[in-house]
Amino acid sequence: MEKRKTKHGALLTTIFSIISVVYMFPILLVLMNSFKKKAYISRKPFAIPSGKMYVGLDNYFRGVKQANFFEGAKWSLVITVGSVFLILLCTSMCAWYIVRVKSIVTSAIYYLCLFAMIVPFQMEMFTLSKLANTLKLNTPWGLWIIYLGFGAGLAVFMFTGFVKSIPLEIEEAAMIDGCNPLQTFFGVVLPIMKPTCVTVAILQTMWIWNDYLLPYLVLDLKKYTTIPIAVQYLKGGYGSVDMGAMMGVLVLAIIPIIVFYLFCQKYIIEGVVAGAVKG
Amino acid sequence: MEKAIKRYFPIFVLPTMIAFTLGFIIPFAEGVYLSFCKFTTVNDAKFIGLSNYGKVFKDSTFVHAFWYTAAFTVVSVILINVLAFAVALLLTKGIKGTNVFRTVFFMPNLIGGIVLGYIWQLLLNGILMKFSRTLTYSSTFGFWGLVILMCWQQIGYMMIIYIAGIQNIPGELIEAAEIDGATKRQVLKSVTIPMVMPSITVCTFLTLTNSFKLFDQNLALTNGEPSKMSEMLALNIFNTFYGRAGYEGVGQAKAVIFFILVAAIALTQNYLTRRKEVQQ
Repeated sequence: MEKRKTKHGALLTTIFSIISVVYMFPILLVLMNSFKKKAYISRKPFAIPSGKMYVGLDNYFRGVKQANFFEGAKWSLVITVGSVFLILLCTSMCAWYIVRVKSIVTSAIYYLCLFAMIVPFQMEMFTLSKLANTLKLNTPWGLWIIYLGFGAGLAVFMFTGFVKSIPLEIEEAAMIDGCNPLQTFFGVVLPIMKPTCVTVAILQTMWIWNDYLLPYLVLDLKKYTTIPIAVQYLKGGYGSVDMGAMMGVLVLAIIPIIVFYLFCQKYIIEGVVAGAVKG
Repeated sequence: MEKAIKRYFPIFVLPTMIAFTLGFIIPFAEGVYLSFCKFTTVNDAKFIGLSNYGKVFKDSTFVHAFWYTAAFTVVSVILINVLAFAVALLLTKGIKGTNVFRTVFFMPNLIGGIVLGYIWQLLLNGILMKFSRTLTYSSTFGFWGLVILMCWQQIGYMMIIYIAGIQNIPGELIEAAEIDGATKRQVLKSVTIPMVMPSITVCTFLTLTNSFKLFDQNLALTNGEPSKMSEMLALNIFNTFYGRAGYEGVGQAKAVIFFILVAAIALTQNYLTRRKEVQQ
Protein backbone atom coordinates (compact mmCIF):
# COMPACT_ATOMS: atom_id res chain seq x y z
CA MET A 1 0.00 0.00 0.00
CA GLU A 2 2.72 2.43 1.07
CA LYS A 3 4.74 1.63 -2.00
CA ARG A 4 1.81 2.12 -4.34
CA LYS A 5 1.10 5.51 -2.89
CA THR A 6 4.58 6.91 -3.54
CA LYS A 7 4.57 5.55 -7.07
CA HIS A 8 1.30 7.35 -7.64
CA GLY A 9 2.84 10.51 -6.24
CA ALA A 10 5.75 10.44 -8.65
CA LEU A 11 3.34 10.05 -11.55
CA LEU A 12 1.26 13.00 -10.38
CA THR A 13 4.36 15.11 -9.89
CA THR A 14 5.41 14.38 -13.45
CA ILE A 15 1.99 15.20 -14.86
CA PHE A 16 1.78 18.43 -12.90
CA SER A 17 5.28 19.43 -13.95
CA ILE A 18 4.25 19.12 -17.57
CA ILE A 19 1.03 21.07 -16.97
CA SER A 20 3.00 23.78 -15.16
CA VAL A 21 5.31 24.24 -18.12
CA VAL A 22 2.30 24.44 -20.45
CA TYR A 23 0.73 26.90 -18.01
CA MET A 24 3.71 29.20 -18.21
CA PHE A 25 3.94 28.92 -21.97
CA PRO A 26 1.85 32.02 -22.88
CA ILE A 27 4.15 34.23 -20.80
CA LEU A 28 7.28 32.62 -22.20
CA LEU A 29 5.91 33.09 -25.70
CA VAL A 30 5.49 36.82 -25.15
CA LEU A 31 8.99 37.02 -23.67
CA MET A 32 10.43 35.20 -26.68
CA ASN A 33 8.61 37.39 -29.17
CA SER A 34 9.74 40.55 -27.46
CA PHE A 35 13.21 39.94 -28.93
CA LYS A 36 11.89 39.35 -32.42
CA LYS A 37 11.72 41.79 -35.31
CA LYS A 38 8.17 43.13 -35.46
CA ALA A 39 7.44 41.88 -38.97
CA TYR A 40 8.03 38.28 -37.85
CA ILE A 41 5.87 38.33 -34.70
CA SER A 42 2.48 37.88 -36.34
CA ARG A 43 3.79 35.65 -39.08
CA LYS A 44 5.99 33.33 -37.04
CA PRO A 45 4.96 33.62 -33.38
CA PHE A 46 6.39 30.23 -32.41
CA ALA A 47 9.79 30.61 -34.06
CA ILE A 48 12.80 31.18 -31.83
CA PRO A 49 14.25 34.65 -32.53
CA SER A 50 17.59 33.88 -34.17
CA GLY A 51 19.59 35.31 -37.06
CA LYS A 52 17.86 38.19 -38.76
CA MET A 53 14.75 37.84 -36.57
CA TYR A 54 16.65 38.81 -33.41
CA VAL A 55 16.62 42.52 -32.61
CA GLY A 56 17.88 42.61 -29.02
CA LEU A 57 16.16 45.21 -26.88
CA ASP A 58 14.89 47.33 -29.77
CA ASN A 59 11.25 46.48 -29.11
CA TYR A 60 11.60 47.51 -25.50
CA PHE A 61 13.05 50.92 -26.34
CA ARG A 62 10.39 51.55 -28.96
CA GLY A 63 7.54 50.33 -26.78
CA VAL A 64 8.62 52.38 -23.78
CA LYS A 65 8.82 55.47 -25.94
CA GLN A 66 5.56 54.97 -27.84
CA ALA A 67 3.43 54.05 -24.86
CA ASN A 68 5.17 56.40 -22.46
CA PHE A 69 5.50 53.33 -20.28
CA PHE A 70 7.51 54.63 -17.34
CA GLU A 71 5.19 57.59 -16.95
CA GLY A 72 2.34 55.09 -16.74
CA ALA A 73 4.23 52.94 -14.25
CA LYS A 74 4.88 55.97 -12.07
CA TRP A 75 1.25 57.01 -11.96
CA SER A 76 0.03 53.42 -11.52
CA LEU A 77 2.25 53.25 -8.46
CA VAL A 78 1.13 56.64 -7.09
CA ILE A 79 -2.55 55.81 -7.63
CA THR A 80 -2.35 52.30 -6.17
CA VAL A 81 -0.26 53.11 -3.11
CA GLY A 82 -2.23 56.25 -2.25
CA SER A 83 -5.62 54.64 -2.74
CA VAL A 84 -4.81 51.51 -0.79
CA PHE A 85 -3.35 53.53 2.08
CA LEU A 86 -6.42 55.79 2.22
CA ILE A 87 -8.78 52.81 2.01
CA LEU A 88 -7.01 51.01 4.87
CA LEU A 89 -6.94 54.05 7.12
CA CYS A 90 -10.43 55.44 6.51
CA THR A 91 -12.49 52.27 6.17
CA SER A 92 -10.93 50.59 9.22
CA MET A 93 -11.83 53.64 11.31
CA CYS A 94 -15.30 53.77 9.81
CA ALA A 95 -15.86 50.04 10.38
CA TRP A 96 -14.80 50.24 14.04
CA TYR A 97 -17.16 53.16 14.61
CA ILE A 98 -20.18 51.55 13.00
CA VAL A 99 -19.70 48.34 14.97
CA ARG A 100 -19.20 50.08 18.33
CA VAL A 101 -21.89 52.75 17.97
CA LYS A 102 -25.32 51.30 17.36
CA SER A 103 -27.74 53.64 15.64
CA ILE A 104 -29.92 53.89 12.55
CA VAL A 105 -27.20 55.88 10.78
CA THR A 106 -24.49 53.30 11.35
CA SER A 107 -26.62 50.36 10.28
CA ALA A 108 -27.70 52.32 7.21
CA ILE A 109 -24.02 52.82 6.34
CA TYR A 110 -23.39 49.11 6.77
CA TYR A 111 -26.22 48.07 4.45
CA LEU A 112 -25.24 50.70 1.87
CA CYS A 113 -21.75 49.17 1.83
CA LEU A 114 -23.20 45.69 1.28
CA PHE A 115 -25.32 47.09 -1.53
CA ALA A 116 -22.34 48.83 -3.16
CA MET A 117 -20.57 45.46 -3.46
CA ILE A 118 -23.03 44.12 -6.03
CA VAL A 119 -23.33 47.24 -8.20
CA PRO A 120 -21.32 46.81 -11.42
CA PHE A 121 -19.09 49.67 -12.55
CA GLN A 122 -21.00 50.12 -15.82
CA MET A 123 -23.93 51.37 -13.77
CA GLU A 124 -22.08 54.52 -12.80
CA MET A 125 -19.21 54.89 -15.20
CA PHE A 126 -20.82 57.73 -17.15
CA THR A 127 -22.08 59.76 -14.22
CA LEU A 128 -18.95 59.14 -12.19
CA SER A 129 -16.63 60.35 -14.92
CA LYS A 130 -18.73 63.48 -15.43
CA LEU A 131 -18.83 64.15 -11.69
CA ALA A 132 -15.08 63.66 -11.41
CA ASN A 133 -14.58 66.11 -14.24
CA THR A 134 -16.79 68.76 -12.67
CA LEU A 135 -15.16 68.44 -9.27
CA LYS A 136 -11.64 68.39 -10.77
CA LEU A 137 -11.04 64.89 -9.42
CA ASN A 138 -9.48 63.88 -12.74
CA THR A 139 -5.98 63.66 -11.22
CA PRO A 140 -4.22 60.76 -9.52
CA TRP A 141 -5.04 62.44 -6.19
CA GLY A 142 -8.67 62.71 -7.14
CA LEU A 143 -8.61 59.01 -7.98
CA TRP A 144 -7.55 58.26 -4.39
CA ILE A 145 -10.86 59.69 -3.23
CA ILE A 146 -12.85 57.91 -5.93
CA TYR A 147 -11.20 54.57 -5.18
CA LEU A 148 -11.85 55.13 -1.48
CA GLY A 149 -15.51 55.67 -2.28
CA PHE A 150 -15.74 52.78 -4.69
CA GLY A 151 -13.68 50.34 -2.64
CA ALA A 152 -15.35 51.26 0.64
CA GLY A 153 -18.06 48.62 0.26
CA LEU A 154 -15.85 45.54 0.38
CA ALA A 155 -13.33 47.04 2.80
CA VAL A 156 -15.90 48.20 5.37
CA PHE A 157 -17.64 44.84 5.10
CA MET A 158 -14.43 42.90 5.80
CA PHE A 159 -13.30 45.16 8.63
CA THR A 160 -16.69 45.09 10.39
CA GLY A 161 -16.60 41.30 10.20
CA PHE A 162 -13.33 41.35 12.08
CA VAL A 163 -14.15 44.10 14.58
CA LYS A 164 -17.18 42.10 15.75
CA SER A 165 -14.80 39.36 16.92
CA ILE A 166 -12.62 41.69 19.01
CA PRO A 167 -13.60 41.44 22.70
CA LEU A 168 -14.93 44.73 24.01
CA GLU A 169 -12.99 44.41 27.30
CA ILE A 170 -9.66 45.28 25.71
CA GLU A 171 -10.96 48.61 24.46
CA GLU A 172 -12.80 49.32 27.71
CA ALA A 173 -9.60 48.80 29.65
CA ALA A 174 -7.80 51.28 27.41
CA MET A 175 -10.57 53.84 27.79
CA ILE A 176 -10.61 53.47 31.58
CA ASP A 177 -6.86 54.05 31.57
CA GLY A 178 -7.63 57.43 30.03
CA CYS A 179 -7.28 56.86 26.29
CA ASN A 180 -9.59 58.84 24.05
CA PRO A 181 -11.22 56.98 21.16
CA LEU A 182 -8.46 58.00 18.74
CA GLN A 183 -5.73 56.69 21.03
CA THR A 184 -7.74 53.54 21.66
CA PHE A 185 -8.17 52.93 17.97
CA PHE A 186 -4.59 53.52 16.90
CA GLY A 187 -2.99 52.08 20.04
CA VAL A 188 -5.16 49.02 20.61
CA VAL A 189 -7.62 48.20 17.83
CA LEU A 190 -5.53 48.81 14.72
CA PRO A 191 -2.64 46.54 15.82
CA ILE A 192 -5.13 43.71 16.42
CA MET A 193 -6.61 44.26 12.96
CA LYS A 194 -3.28 43.83 11.17
CA PRO A 195 -4.13 40.50 9.46
CA THR A 196 -7.36 41.96 8.06
CA CYS A 197 -5.43 45.04 6.91
CA VAL A 198 -3.10 42.76 4.93
CA THR A 199 -6.06 40.97 3.35
CA VAL A 200 -7.83 44.18 2.39
CA ALA A 201 -4.59 45.72 1.11
CA ILE A 202 -3.91 42.74 -1.14
CA LEU A 203 -7.40 42.49 -2.59
CA GLN A 204 -7.54 46.23 -3.26
CA THR A 205 -4.03 46.34 -4.73
CA MET A 206 -4.84 43.52 -7.16
CA TRP A 207 -7.94 45.41 -8.24
CA ILE A 208 -6.60 48.96 -8.47
CA TRP A 209 -3.23 48.15 -10.07
CA ASN A 210 -4.93 46.26 -12.90
CA ASP A 211 -7.98 48.47 -13.27
CA TYR A 212 -8.26 49.87 -16.76
CA LEU A 213 -11.68 51.41 -17.20
CA LEU A 214 -12.01 53.66 -14.17
CA PRO A 215 -8.72 55.55 -14.66
CA TYR A 216 -9.34 55.63 -18.41
CA LEU A 217 -12.68 57.38 -17.95
CA VAL A 218 -11.77 59.58 -15.00
CA LEU A 219 -8.14 60.65 -15.49
CA ASP A 220 -7.13 63.61 -17.60
CA LEU A 221 -5.40 61.48 -20.24
CA LYS A 222 -3.40 64.39 -21.62
CA LYS A 223 -1.44 64.59 -18.40
CA TYR A 224 -1.62 61.15 -16.82
CA THR A 225 -1.58 57.53 -17.87
CA THR A 226 -1.39 54.13 -16.16
CA ILE A 227 0.12 50.82 -17.25
CA PRO A 228 -3.14 49.26 -18.53
CA ILE A 229 -3.96 52.48 -20.39
CA ALA A 230 -0.46 52.55 -21.90
CA VAL A 231 -0.85 48.96 -23.14
CA GLN A 232 -4.26 49.62 -24.61
CA TYR A 233 -2.94 52.84 -26.20
CA LEU A 234 -0.49 50.81 -28.29
CA LYS A 235 -3.42 49.05 -29.87
CA GLY A 236 -4.50 52.48 -31.05
CA GLY A 237 -7.19 53.15 -33.60
CA TYR A 238 -7.59 51.00 -36.67
CA GLY A 239 -4.04 51.31 -37.97
CA SER A 240 -1.62 48.42 -37.88
CA VAL A 241 -0.30 47.63 -34.43
CA ASP A 242 3.44 47.67 -33.76
CA MET A 243 3.58 44.12 -32.40
CA GLY A 244 7.21 44.50 -31.37
CA ALA A 245 6.54 47.49 -29.16
CA MET A 246 3.49 45.68 -27.81
CA MET A 247 5.49 42.59 -26.79
CA GLY A 248 8.12 44.73 -25.08
CA VAL A 249 5.53 46.63 -23.08
CA LEU A 250 3.65 43.43 -22.16
CA VAL A 251 6.83 41.94 -20.72
CA LEU A 252 7.56 45.14 -18.81
CA ALA A 253 4.00 45.13 -17.46
CA ILE A 254 4.29 41.53 -16.26
CA ILE A 255 7.74 41.69 -14.64
CA PRO A 256 6.87 43.90 -11.62
CA ILE A 257 3.84 41.72 -10.88
CA ILE A 258 5.85 38.50 -10.93
CA VAL A 259 8.61 39.97 -8.75
CA PHE A 260 6.06 41.31 -6.29
CA TYR A 261 4.27 37.97 -6.27
CA LEU A 262 7.38 35.92 -5.62
CA PHE A 263 8.32 38.14 -2.67
CA CYS A 264 4.88 38.40 -1.07
CA GLN A 265 3.44 35.08 -2.15
CA LYS A 266 2.66 33.92 1.37
CA TYR A 267 0.68 37.07 2.21
CA ILE A 268 -1.11 37.14 -1.13
CA ILE A 269 -2.35 33.58 -0.83
CA GLU A 270 -3.35 34.00 2.82
CA GLY A 271 -5.08 37.24 1.90
CA VAL A 272 -7.06 35.62 -0.89
CA VAL A 273 -8.17 32.78 1.39
CA ALA A 274 -9.15 35.12 4.23
CA GLY A 275 -10.99 37.39 1.82
CA ALA A 276 -12.93 34.48 0.38
CA VAL A 277 -14.02 33.20 3.76
CA LYS A 278 -15.44 36.59 4.73
CA GLY A 279 -16.94 37.39 1.34
CA MET B 1 -17.88 54.02 26.09
CA GLU B 2 -20.32 54.27 23.20
CA LYS B 3 -21.01 57.89 24.10
CA ALA B 4 -17.33 58.80 24.13
CA ILE B 5 -16.85 57.29 20.68
CA LYS B 6 -20.00 58.86 19.33
CA ARG B 7 -18.57 62.38 19.50
CA TYR B 8 -15.79 61.32 17.14
CA PHE B 9 -18.15 60.76 14.23
CA PRO B 10 -16.49 63.44 12.03
CA ILE B 11 -13.05 61.89 12.37
CA PHE B 12 -13.96 58.22 12.10
CA VAL B 13 -16.80 58.09 9.63
CA LEU B 14 -16.96 61.32 7.69
CA PRO B 15 -13.94 60.84 5.37
CA THR B 16 -15.21 57.46 4.17
CA MET B 17 -18.76 58.73 3.88
CA ILE B 18 -17.80 61.78 1.82
CA ALA B 19 -15.81 59.65 -0.60
CA PHE B 20 -18.55 57.02 -0.64
CA THR B 21 -21.16 59.66 -1.44
CA LEU B 22 -19.04 61.14 -4.24
CA GLY B 23 -17.78 57.87 -5.64
CA PHE B 24 -20.87 55.75 -5.23
CA ILE B 25 -24.15 57.20 -3.99
CA ILE B 26 -24.42 60.29 -6.23
CA PRO B 27 -23.32 58.55 -9.46
CA PHE B 28 -25.65 55.67 -8.70
CA ALA B 29 -28.71 57.82 -8.00
CA GLU B 30 -27.96 60.09 -10.94
CA GLY B 31 -27.48 57.03 -13.13
CA VAL B 32 -30.92 55.67 -12.23
CA TYR B 33 -32.50 59.07 -12.91
CA LEU B 34 -30.67 59.57 -16.22
CA SER B 35 -31.89 56.23 -17.53
CA PHE B 36 -35.29 57.93 -17.87
CA CYS B 37 -33.84 60.95 -19.66
CA LYS B 38 -32.50 62.04 -23.00
CA PHE B 39 -29.09 63.69 -22.66
CA THR B 40 -25.63 64.09 -24.12
CA THR B 41 -24.02 65.68 -21.08
CA VAL B 42 -25.39 65.42 -17.57
CA ASN B 43 -26.65 69.00 -17.60
CA ASP B 44 -29.01 68.89 -20.58
CA ALA B 45 -31.08 65.94 -19.33
CA LYS B 46 -34.75 65.94 -20.31
CA PHE B 47 -37.18 63.48 -18.73
CA ILE B 48 -38.65 61.14 -21.34
CA GLY B 49 -40.03 58.28 -19.26
CA LEU B 50 -39.47 54.69 -20.30
CA SER B 51 -38.60 55.19 -23.96
CA ASN B 52 -34.88 54.46 -23.36
CA TYR B 53 -35.84 51.04 -22.03
CA GLY B 54 -38.02 50.42 -25.04
CA LYS B 55 -35.04 51.12 -27.30
CA VAL B 56 -32.83 48.73 -25.33
CA PHE B 57 -34.98 45.74 -26.11
CA LYS B 58 -35.22 46.71 -29.78
CA ASP B 59 -31.42 46.84 -29.96
CA SER B 60 -30.44 43.46 -31.40
CA THR B 61 -26.78 43.88 -30.39
CA PHE B 62 -27.81 44.09 -26.73
CA VAL B 63 -29.98 41.00 -26.91
CA HIS B 64 -27.19 39.14 -28.68
CA ALA B 65 -24.67 40.34 -26.10
CA PHE B 66 -26.96 39.08 -23.35
CA TRP B 67 -27.16 35.53 -24.71
CA TYR B 68 -23.47 35.54 -25.55
CA THR B 69 -22.64 36.63 -22.00
CA ALA B 70 -25.04 34.12 -20.48
CA ALA B 71 -23.58 31.22 -22.49
CA PHE B 72 -20.05 32.34 -21.68
CA THR B 73 -20.87 32.60 -17.98
CA VAL B 74 -22.39 29.11 -17.77
CA VAL B 75 -19.50 27.45 -19.62
CA SER B 76 -16.75 29.27 -17.76
CA VAL B 77 -18.28 28.88 -14.29
CA ILE B 78 -18.62 25.12 -14.73
CA LEU B 79 -15.19 24.63 -16.32
CA ILE B 80 -13.30 26.82 -13.87
CA ASN B 81 -14.90 25.32 -10.79
CA VAL B 82 -14.62 21.69 -11.85
CA LEU B 83 -11.01 22.06 -12.93
CA ALA B 84 -10.02 24.15 -9.91
CA PHE B 85 -11.62 21.64 -7.56
CA ALA B 86 -9.92 18.71 -9.27
CA VAL B 87 -6.53 20.42 -9.10
CA ALA B 88 -7.13 21.30 -5.44
CA LEU B 89 -7.96 17.67 -4.63
CA LEU B 90 -4.77 16.43 -6.29
CA LEU B 91 -2.61 19.12 -4.73
CA THR B 92 -3.74 18.28 -1.19
CA LYS B 93 -2.44 14.72 -1.42
CA GLY B 94 1.01 15.84 -0.36
CA ILE B 95 2.83 15.08 -3.61
CA LYS B 96 6.30 16.46 -4.26
CA GLY B 97 6.44 19.97 -5.70
CA THR B 98 2.98 20.97 -4.48
CA ASN B 99 4.15 24.47 -3.53
CA VAL B 100 5.75 25.11 -6.90
CA PHE B 101 2.60 24.01 -8.72
CA ARG B 102 0.41 26.24 -6.59
CA THR B 103 2.68 29.19 -7.25
CA VAL B 104 2.54 28.57 -10.99
CA PHE B 105 -1.23 28.09 -11.18
CA PHE B 106 -2.00 31.17 -9.13
CA MET B 107 0.26 33.59 -10.94
CA PRO B 108 -1.84 34.47 -14.01
CA ASN B 109 -4.44 35.86 -11.66
CA LEU B 110 -2.32 38.83 -10.75
CA ILE B 111 -1.91 39.97 -14.34
CA GLY B 112 -4.44 42.54 -15.46
CA GLY B 113 -7.20 41.80 -17.96
CA ILE B 114 -5.86 44.04 -20.72
CA VAL B 115 -2.39 42.47 -20.62
CA LEU B 116 -3.90 38.96 -20.47
CA GLY B 117 -6.04 39.70 -23.50
CA TYR B 118 -3.04 40.64 -25.64
CA ILE B 119 -0.96 37.69 -24.43
CA TRP B 120 -3.68 35.28 -25.53
CA GLN B 121 -4.35 37.13 -28.74
CA LEU B 122 -0.76 36.42 -29.78
CA LEU B 123 -0.91 32.77 -28.78
CA LEU B 124 -4.35 31.94 -30.16
CA ASN B 125 -3.84 33.82 -33.41
CA GLY B 126 -0.56 31.98 -33.79
CA ILE B 127 -2.30 28.63 -33.47
CA LEU B 128 -5.26 29.59 -35.66
CA MET B 129 -2.86 30.82 -38.35
CA LYS B 130 -2.04 27.19 -39.08
CA PHE B 131 -5.65 26.85 -40.23
CA SER B 132 -5.52 30.29 -41.92
CA ARG B 133 -8.05 31.77 -39.52
CA THR B 134 -7.85 34.49 -36.87
CA LEU B 135 -9.63 35.00 -33.56
CA THR B 136 -11.97 37.53 -35.14
CA TYR B 137 -12.93 35.15 -37.96
CA SER B 138 -16.13 34.17 -36.14
CA SER B 139 -17.66 34.79 -32.74
CA THR B 140 -17.21 31.11 -31.87
CA PHE B 141 -13.44 31.52 -31.89
CA GLY B 142 -13.78 34.61 -29.73
CA PHE B 143 -16.04 32.70 -27.37
CA TRP B 144 -13.71 29.76 -26.79
CA GLY B 145 -10.70 32.04 -26.74
CA LEU B 146 -12.28 33.97 -23.92
CA VAL B 147 -13.22 30.77 -22.10
CA ILE B 148 -9.64 29.49 -22.29
CA LEU B 149 -8.30 32.84 -21.15
CA MET B 150 -10.65 32.98 -18.17
CA CYS B 151 -9.85 29.39 -17.16
CA TRP B 152 -6.16 30.17 -17.30
CA GLN B 153 -6.61 33.28 -15.21
CA GLN B 154 -9.09 32.08 -12.60
CA ILE B 155 -8.35 28.41 -11.95
CA GLY B 156 -5.44 29.27 -9.67
CA TYR B 157 -7.45 31.68 -7.55
CA MET B 158 -10.33 29.26 -7.09
CA MET B 159 -7.88 26.40 -6.48
CA ILE B 160 -6.39 28.33 -3.54
CA ILE B 161 -9.85 28.77 -2.00
CA TYR B 162 -10.73 25.08 -2.54
CA ILE B 163 -7.41 23.96 -1.06
CA ALA B 164 -8.12 25.98 2.08
CA GLY B 165 -11.58 24.41 2.25
CA ILE B 166 -10.27 20.86 1.83
CA GLN B 167 -7.55 21.37 4.42
CA ASN B 168 -10.16 22.53 6.91
CA ILE B 169 -11.97 19.18 6.84
CA PRO B 170 -11.16 17.35 10.08
CA GLY B 171 -9.08 14.24 9.29
CA GLU B 172 -11.17 12.10 11.65
CA LEU B 173 -14.19 12.60 9.45
CA ILE B 174 -12.53 11.02 6.42
CA GLU B 175 -10.90 8.31 8.53
CA ALA B 176 -14.27 7.42 10.08
CA ALA B 177 -15.84 7.13 6.66
CA GLU B 178 -12.98 4.93 5.45
CA ILE B 179 -13.25 2.65 8.48
CA ASP B 180 -16.98 2.34 7.77
CA GLY B 181 -15.94 0.99 4.39
CA ALA B 182 -16.63 3.98 2.18
CA THR B 183 -14.93 3.90 -1.20
CA LYS B 184 -12.86 6.84 -2.42
CA ARG B 185 -15.75 8.03 -4.55
CA GLN B 186 -18.19 7.81 -1.64
CA VAL B 187 -15.83 9.79 0.59
CA LEU B 188 -15.62 12.48 -2.08
CA LYS B 189 -19.36 12.61 -2.61
CA SER B 190 -20.60 12.33 0.97
CA VAL B 191 -17.81 13.89 3.02
CA THR B 192 -15.49 16.12 1.03
CA ILE B 193 -17.98 17.93 -1.19
CA PRO B 194 -20.54 18.68 1.55
CA MET B 195 -17.74 19.88 3.82
CA VAL B 196 -16.29 22.29 1.27
CA MET B 197 -19.70 23.71 0.39
CA PRO B 198 -18.76 27.14 1.80
CA SER B 199 -15.81 27.27 -0.61
CA ILE B 200 -18.08 26.20 -3.45
CA THR B 201 -20.46 29.03 -2.56
CA VAL B 202 -17.68 31.60 -2.65
CA CYS B 203 -16.04 30.26 -5.79
CA THR B 204 -19.24 30.02 -7.81
CA PHE B 205 -20.15 33.50 -6.65
CA LEU B 206 -16.79 34.95 -7.71
CA THR B 207 -16.64 33.16 -11.06
CA LEU B 208 -20.28 33.95 -11.81
CA THR B 209 -19.95 37.68 -11.20
CA ASN B 210 -16.46 37.92 -12.75
CA SER B 211 -17.62 36.22 -15.95
CA PHE B 212 -20.85 38.13 -16.22
CA LYS B 213 -19.16 41.50 -15.69
CA LEU B 214 -16.14 40.72 -17.86
CA PHE B 215 -14.84 43.76 -19.74
CA ASP B 216 -11.05 44.18 -20.03
CA GLN B 217 -10.36 40.72 -21.45
CA ASN B 218 -13.20 41.08 -23.94
CA LEU B 219 -11.91 44.48 -25.05
CA ALA B 220 -8.32 43.32 -25.49
CA LEU B 221 -8.89 39.88 -26.99
CA THR B 222 -11.46 40.56 -29.73
CA ASN B 223 -12.97 44.00 -29.02
CA GLY B 224 -16.34 42.57 -30.06
CA GLU B 225 -15.14 41.60 -33.55
CA PRO B 226 -16.41 40.41 -35.97
CA SER B 227 -19.00 43.19 -36.14
CA LYS B 228 -20.06 43.12 -32.47
CA MET B 229 -20.70 39.38 -32.56
CA SER B 230 -18.30 38.61 -29.70
CA GLU B 231 -19.37 41.60 -27.64
CA MET B 232 -20.35 40.91 -24.03
CA LEU B 233 -22.79 43.02 -22.02
CA ALA B 234 -20.26 45.27 -20.32
CA LEU B 235 -18.52 46.09 -23.59
CA ASN B 236 -21.88 46.59 -25.32
CA ILE B 237 -22.85 49.16 -22.68
CA PHE B 238 -19.50 50.91 -23.00
CA ASN B 239 -19.84 51.12 -26.78
CA THR B 240 -23.38 52.45 -26.52
CA PHE B 241 -22.18 55.27 -24.25
CA TYR B 242 -19.04 56.24 -26.06
CA GLY B 243 -19.51 54.90 -29.56
CA ARG B 244 -22.95 56.18 -30.59
CA ALA B 245 -23.81 59.87 -30.28
CA GLY B 246 -27.29 60.49 -28.90
CA TYR B 247 -27.51 57.04 -27.30
CA GLU B 248 -26.25 57.99 -23.82
CA GLY B 249 -29.72 57.55 -22.34
CA VAL B 250 -30.07 54.10 -23.88
CA GLY B 251 -26.62 53.22 -22.55
CA GLN B 252 -27.67 54.25 -19.07
CA ALA B 253 -30.88 52.22 -19.34
CA LYS B 254 -28.80 49.22 -20.40
CA ALA B 255 -26.57 49.80 -17.39
CA VAL B 256 -29.56 49.77 -15.04
CA ILE B 257 -30.78 46.50 -16.57
CA PHE B 258 -27.26 45.12 -16.27
CA PHE B 259 -27.15 46.09 -12.60
CA ILE B 260 -30.49 44.39 -11.94
CA LEU B 261 -29.28 41.23 -13.70
CA VAL B 262 -26.03 41.14 -11.70
CA ALA B 263 -27.86 41.75 -8.42
CA ALA B 264 -30.45 39.07 -9.21
CA ILE B 265 -27.79 36.52 -10.12
CA ALA B 266 -25.70 37.28 -7.04
CA LEU B 267 -28.63 37.04 -4.63
CA THR B 268 -30.14 33.89 -6.17
CA GLN B 269 -26.79 32.11 -6.25
CA ASN B 270 -26.09 33.05 -2.65
CA TYR B 271 -29.50 31.79 -1.54
CA LEU B 272 -29.24 28.49 -3.45
CA THR B 273 -25.77 27.42 -2.37
CA ARG B 274 -25.99 28.69 1.22
CA ARG B 275 -28.92 26.32 1.73
CA LYS B 276 -26.66 23.37 0.95
CA GLU B 277 -23.96 24.28 3.45
CA VAL B 278 -23.43 21.90 6.33
CA GLN B 279 -23.98 23.31 9.79
CA GLN B 280 -20.95 22.69 11.96
